Amino acid sequence: MSAFTDLTLTAALEGLAKGDFTSVELTRAHVEAVEAARGLNAFVTETPDQALKMAAESDTRRKAGTVGLMEGVPLAIKDLFCTKGVLTTASSHILDGFKPPYESTVTANLWKAGAVMLGKTNLDEFAMGSSNETSYYGGVVNPWRKPGDNKNLVPGGSSGGSATAVAARLAIAATGTDTGGSIRQPAAFTGTVGLKPTYGRCSRFGIVAFASSLDQAGPMTRTIDDAAVMMRVMAGFDDKDSTSVDIAVPDYRADLAQSVKGLRIGIPKEYRVDGMPAEIDALWQQGMEWLKAAGAEVKDISLPHTQYALPAYYIVAPAEASSNLARYDGVRFGLRVPADELADMYAQTRAAGFGAEVRRRILIGTYVLSAGYYDAYYVKAQKIRTLILNDFTKAFESVDAILTPTTPTAAFGLGDKVDDPVSMYLNDVLTVPVNMAGLPGLSVPAGLSKEGLPLGLQVIGKPFDESTVLRVGKAIEDAAALKQKPEAWWRAA
Amino acid sequence: MSLDKATVAHIAKLARIAVPEQDLPGLATELSGILKWIEQLDSVDTSKVEPLSSVVNATLRFREDNITDGGQRDAVLANAPVSAQGFFVVPKVVE
Amino acid sequence: MATLLHGATGEWEMVIGLEVHAQVTSKAKLFSGAATEFGAEPNTQVSFVDAGMPGMLPVINRVCVEQAVRTGLGLKAQINKVSVFDRKNYFYADLPAGYQISQYLQPIVGKGTIILDLAGGETREVGITRLHLEQDAGKSLHDQDPSSSFVDLNRAGVALMEIVSEPDMRTAEEAGAYLRKLRSILRYLGTCDGNMEQGSMRADVNVSVRKPGAPFGTRCEIKNVNSIRYVQQAIEYEARRQIDIIEDGGTIKQETRLYDARKGETRSMRSKEDAHDYRYFPDPDLLPLVVQDGLIKSIAESLPELPDEKKARLVRDYGIPLYDASVLILEKERADFFEAVAKGRDSKLSANWVTGELFAALNKTGRDVTDSPISAAKLGGLIDLISDNTISGRIAKDVFEIMLETGKDAGAIVEEKGLRQVTDTGAIEGVIDAVLAANADKLAEYRSGKDKLFGFFVGQVMKQSGGKANPALVNELLKKKLAG
Ligand SMILES: [Mg+2]
Ligand SMILES: [Zn+2]
Repeated sequence: MSAFTDLTLTAALEGLAKGDFTSVELTRAHVEAVEAARGLNAFVTETPDQALKMAAESDTRRKAGTVGLMEGVPLAIKDLFCTKGVLTTASSHILDGFKPPYESTVTANLWKAGAVMLGKTNLDEFAMGSSNETSYYGGVVNPWRKPGDNKNLVPGGSSGGSATAVAARLAIAATGTDTGGSIRQPAAFTGTVGLKPTYGRCSRFGIVAFASSLDQAGPMTRTIDDAAVMMRVMAGFDDKDSTSVDIAVPDYRADLAQSVKGLRIGIPKEYRVDGMPAEIDALWQQGMEWLKAAGAEVKDISLPHTQYALPAYYIVAPAEASSNLARYDGVRFGLRVPADELADMYAQTRAAGFGAEVRRRILIGTYVLSAGYYDAYYVKAQKIRTLILNDFTKAFESVDAILTPTTPTAAFGLGDKVDDPVSMYLNDVLTVPVNMAGLPGLSVPAGLSKEGLPLGLQVIGKPFDESTVLRVGKAIEDAAALKQKPEAWWRAA
Repeated sequence: MSLDKATVAHIAKLARIAVPEQDLPGLATELSGILKWIEQLDSVDTSKVEPLSSVVNATLRFREDNITDGGQRDAVLANAPVSAQGFFVVPKVVE
Repeated sequence: MATLLHGATGEWEMVIGLEVHAQVTSKAKLFSGAATEFGAEPNTQVSFVDAGMPGMLPVINRVCVEQAVRTGLGLKAQINKVSVFDRKNYFYADLPAGYQISQYLQPIVGKGTIILDLAGGETREVGITRLHLEQDAGKSLHDQDPSSSFVDLNRAGVALMEIVSEPDMRTAEEAGAYLRKLRSILRYLGTCDGNMEQGSMRADVNVSVRKPGAPFGTRCEIKNVNSIRYVQQAIEYEARRQIDIIEDGGTIKQETRLYDARKGETRSMRSKEDAHDYRYFPDPDLLPLVVQDGLIKSIAESLPELPDEKKARLVRDYGIPLYDASVLILEKERADFFEAVAKGRDSKLSANWVTGELFAALNKTGRDVTDSPISAAKLGGLIDLISDNTISGRIAKDVFEIMLETGKDAGAIVEEKGLRQVTDTGAIEGVIDAVLAANADKLAEYRSGKDKLFGFFVGQVMKQSGGKANPALVNELLKKKLAG
């Protein structure tokens, strides 16, 4: 059975197409893997019955000759995507029992393409976190461990459950969302591929909002090819999202056929942050060499406002979140703490329903928008965003893509950073600028740390140029030729 | 900017999140720490910079004026903690 | 008109500004496809967007934008080609998302003006500060249950135009005239039905008082008043309340108040006592709203004749008094009715009959001119009979009453009842002779210089003729006969 769960998305599609196996067989293997991996806490909700039913329907369609782009492939869905009739929690207590009577556009696109849902994956509460430890349902455990060490590591966040599901071979691929690095950082920590598309490329309709001007859905897979296939299905114009952009979705997989020869790759000096371990720097250097060897031209560039992206993000994201999360009030869905007075019911419900990090961000967001502080914080942050965007725009006049490390470190231990919010926030220092500018960003596994943990490189592209980003990612993937995967230590127990 | 207890209590009230009195000092310290870190932005001169309105280089798209939704009261109320006679029910509001 | 109020310390002036929430006439809501129709069963016109469900996003309705532009043009206001939707954050049971999508710093419509039609044909200009688009909230019912409120979201998300005036009004009558005129402009434009009973038009009334010439005083805002009469009553009450407080040595606290129509008083709103801090910021789910020149132009070209233009034209083309014109233009249908009556007829006589007898009759029965029991054609027929001397104005009033009851043509009634005016000189002379003979004493008095008795003789002749004698002929013939 392990052969099924080791299949990449593209390999699974080939096998299904050739009739080597059915979607039901493929799905059953993954359902079993999910059940055997409960110790990783990757899923909030498992939907095995629905998975097998969808798989059977897929097999029927295939027999009838109707084959979607992801026909029969079992996926894990981040529990931030609303799925009709299936518990959707955002890993928050406040959404207790919430079953949306509607489906998000991105998941609807996936089902339309024939994909199968295994369940809903754990995440940092309302996607606020970089280690998955803020989940009401408990932290997710990274399937990777340092060789010879039993210590549990975080999978990164907020799409930690999805990253873990993909890395631990519980799902062939998964959906993630990325507001400040929530796809790319856990991808880097788990040795998987994570693509945050251009803002406006994937519909936000039906995705529980964290920070509306930054949130984007994207694929999490084990290979670049898989990401290319899944990206094409997830993407597309949606008239239900006013920020969705009406622009053709290319055949990303076909575009991968082009090499990186002649591409100009920018290396921003500002991404060499203080205290960055030498091995991260070395990995970055290695990435440049690989790309040069593949025929790309590597150029130094400057993105002078990089260091301000993260503090500005911690104004914009909490501000938007404080407003987006006002709807969780115990009136129309989710948790309610009864009280005699309405205002009291709100305050008690929200105190009980939100965890510490979410409360912290709502308070910060409320403060920076409040009378007398709006200009000093929110407007200032939006001006910084303009500067960051201008930096990128200028850089892209002379380069086709930008290469950086994804994270300043490899995965860290559970509980290591929970007491220091700012040090936790620094996890996203290399990924946040991409969100602030709305650009596509990819994390591709590029090597292992000296302790044997996965490390990723980040490729940043021009708006709506996911194709080039994936091509560069593919060149790195090919050159790195990583064969390692996490030992299935959780199965033994 | 460092936040005092009273300010934290005020924003907690604005945000409708009950914070027990004894948690206010700790929260004030924590939030002040974050705001202090954010203050590094003060060193950037933004006097001649326009705030970003959206990374999407477009303007609002119009929907046509057609009735395409509604008529689904049960679905609208399905997740309500308390509902009665087709209404959401909340503790008495005094106007 | 008395514009000042008298207090113990002398005269006071009221300063009044109005914020009117006018429901945009559209089939669907501002940001969702749910219906806007009034009176539906609770929560049946609610989309998941309106209910603030997780992951739901707003998409703007083209017609609502066009209606706002149309209204702006009707108010002779500046149209802002780029405007921005902001979130106004506050918690309330009938505000599902925890914020209202509104326009704060950059509204779609800027400064404009409105001309008030006051008593006696007088006019007064009131400035419009702005018009912006925003969502309506739902509705909470507080009387269904002793310990809970019931929430209906049918209204939630319906498009409103908030139309803000400058604090240019000085009396409750002016506030009433403002609301009547605004409502009439909105109805002419077809952008709001102006139905205050159904809540499609509500006013927030800002009132302060000051000594004439002094700077503005502290104002109170009376929320959501839903009839013109109540607006006027609330203003009178509130101004008096403020004067009493100040004259007793107190100060006015800026606050939001509620008008209790049953008690005829305003009171502080408990639910609004919390510090106001709406934390406005641009809604990140939306992009800037851009209205293209072409759209503005095409809407401008399709504007109907508006009340003020119509008034000017009625005065100019029909020569009717300004006051009659301002009464007629309040509702387009009234003016249309008048024009149908006046076509090819004596326009002043037509205006008299429409604004006089007809409107009085309609008022009495609470009807609109659109369901008048006497059609314009029939009223015209009556006027024709007056003009060609078939009947006198006096008789016409009787005929009008019969028309109201029976709906018959004036001509038929005149024939049936034999009301045709007598213009036969011989017949009238016969009546005069009889009257003079029966009042020989009065005749003698007249002839000895008591001219005033002329009226008495006219009255007697008219009475003897059953009101049918032509008054002009009676005058003429009587003068001759009396002269001897
Ligand atoms: Mg107002
Ligand atoms: Zn308003």
